[in-house]
Amino acid sequence: MAYLKIDHVDKVFSRGNRETEVLKDIVLTVEKGEYVSIIGHSGCGKSTLLNIVAGLTPATQGGVLLEGREVNAPGPDRAVVFQNHSLLPWLSSYDNVKLGVDKVFGRTKSRAERHDWVMHNLDLVQMGHARDKRPSEISGGMKQRIGIARALAMEPKVLLLDEPFGALDALTRAHLQDSVMALHQKLGNTVLMITHDVDEAVLLSDRIVMMTNGPSARIGEVLDVPLPRPRKRLELAANATYLKCRQRVLEFLYERHRYVEAA
Amino acid sequence: MTIALQKSADAAATPVTASATIVPLSQPRASNVQTKLIPAAKEWAATLIPPIITVGALLLLWQILCMKPGATLPSPSRIWTDAKDLIVDPFFVAGPQDIGLGWRILTSLQRVAVGFGLASIVGVLLGALVGQSVWAMRGLDPIFQVLRTVPPLAWLPIALAAFRDSRPSAIFVIFITSIWPIIINTAVGIRNIPQDYRNVASVVQLNQLEFFWKIMIPSAAPYIFTGLRIGVGLSWLAIVAAEMLTGGVGIGFFIWDAWNSSRLSDIIIALIYIGIVGFVLDRMVAFIANIATRGTQAA
Repeated sequence: MAYLKIDHVDKVFSRGNRETEVLKDIVLTVEKGEYVSIIGHSGCGKSTLLNIVAGLTPATQGGVLLEGREVNAPGPDRAVVFQNHSLLPWLSSYDNVKLGVDKVFGRTKSRAERHDWVMHNLDLVQMGHARDKRPSEISGGMKQRIGIARALAMEPKVLLLDEPFGALDALTRAHLQDSVMALHQKLGNTVLMITHDVDEAVLLSDRIVMMTNGPSARIGEVLDVPLPRPRKRLELAANATYLKCRQRVLEFLYERHRYVEAA
Repeated sequence: MTIALQKSADAAATPVTASATIVPLSQPRASNVQTKLIPAAKEWAATLIPPIITVGALLLLWQILCMKPGATLPSPSRIWTDAKDLIVDPFFVAGPQDIGLGWRILTSLQRVAVGFGLASIVGVLLGALVGQSVWAMRGLDPIFQVLRTVPPLAWLPIALAAFRDSRPSAIFVIFITSIWPIIINTAVGIRNIPQDYRNVASVVQLNQLEFFWKIMIPSAAPYIFTGLRIGVGLSWLAIVAAEMLTGGVGIGFFIWDAWNSSRLSDIIIALIYIGIVGFVLDRMVAFIANIATRGTQAA
């Protein structure tokens, strides 16, 4: 039985009597511990798909099963790392992480244990030193690290990453990708990540789900990335498998499903 | 290499100069005056001198205009001789109705505190309701928009009829005057809570009460405080008018009483008091807002 199953999901947005079909018959299964990326041009509905998995947007048809049970409301078992970090600006880094921890472990962990757990997760993303800083006092990359810590601290069954590195500069992005890879290696999380960066997808994922252009976007192709872990960015640059995978995704995105102007 | 050499040279040099540190020690003190005290004084002068000059000029103009015999309003010098006791000592007590303006202001402030306090609580709660629920907004917003244009004093007869007592009536007038901007601003603030924060709240599964305290109030705080600031100004406007009609001890009644016994100088002093207190109230709310909303806006 699949760990996470997206089962024949359709999504139709209707405004007044105008209906737009965004997603059409999406079927995808993710195994436990797997790192799956969803890639596609902007406007193809990949964020909508992630929101459906997160429970933030209801599916029009079909549903999402996690460990065989249907999930249709948001919850900490599917923690999201948002593209724009979405930290609460009036709380310190520590309190931002603690918000989720208190809610999820309020009954099962003591005060001291919760404190240790918050600090543990801040340390995981190397942000222990910034615990008292407010989001406005730290850099974009650091904010996103706190966002990751907040999600990890909820011990989600599936970690949902919504273009987590999209708003960062190239160097910071590479650093964070390495961090996320290391965390995935260490914790064995199941991860579903939205991205539009081909290199990022190949570097991080076990499988890459390529989506066709909207409206009525479907899953066009699923590519296995048979690269052994741990992966090293520099070594992969000349790796034949890496280059082949990269080539496959590029071909899909830029030859067979070119970006339509209007989208 | 050279740095290391210099360092060791410095280290070797310090013990030698240490024996004769009395002279250099006095230097930092002198420079402290030059670098901190003088610029600070300059800054104070720059902010204080212009208002002093304009106030002085206005007083002078007023004095000239009202000095000639037959002037309808008292001149500043006349006010000084007439109402010296009110100016010099705000807290004297010379009889049941002959007390310093400070006491009267305090009585008025008490009424404002009760009325405005109630308005703040009810206003924020109603604003949260209207901001959060589309149906509540559709139902209540038209009523708010009409009622908020009613002038404060128009409420007074209704209040007197309902409460049959002047004290709660005055408080009610404060309440009803100051509540509208609080409701409306809170509602706008809550409607403007970014979807991101709502998403975070639903992923973490905050319940309604936690959402109210942990997301709504801090996120809408800048708007709420804008409403409170407008509200406190309005309530201070309303209290004077309300007290003129309800009587009692407040500053508003003092003005009415002074008018009835033609003590124009007293009225002018009272006006100055009211203006200063209103200014202080406004600044106080702004100050609290500054502290309370630190970090809420910059993301």
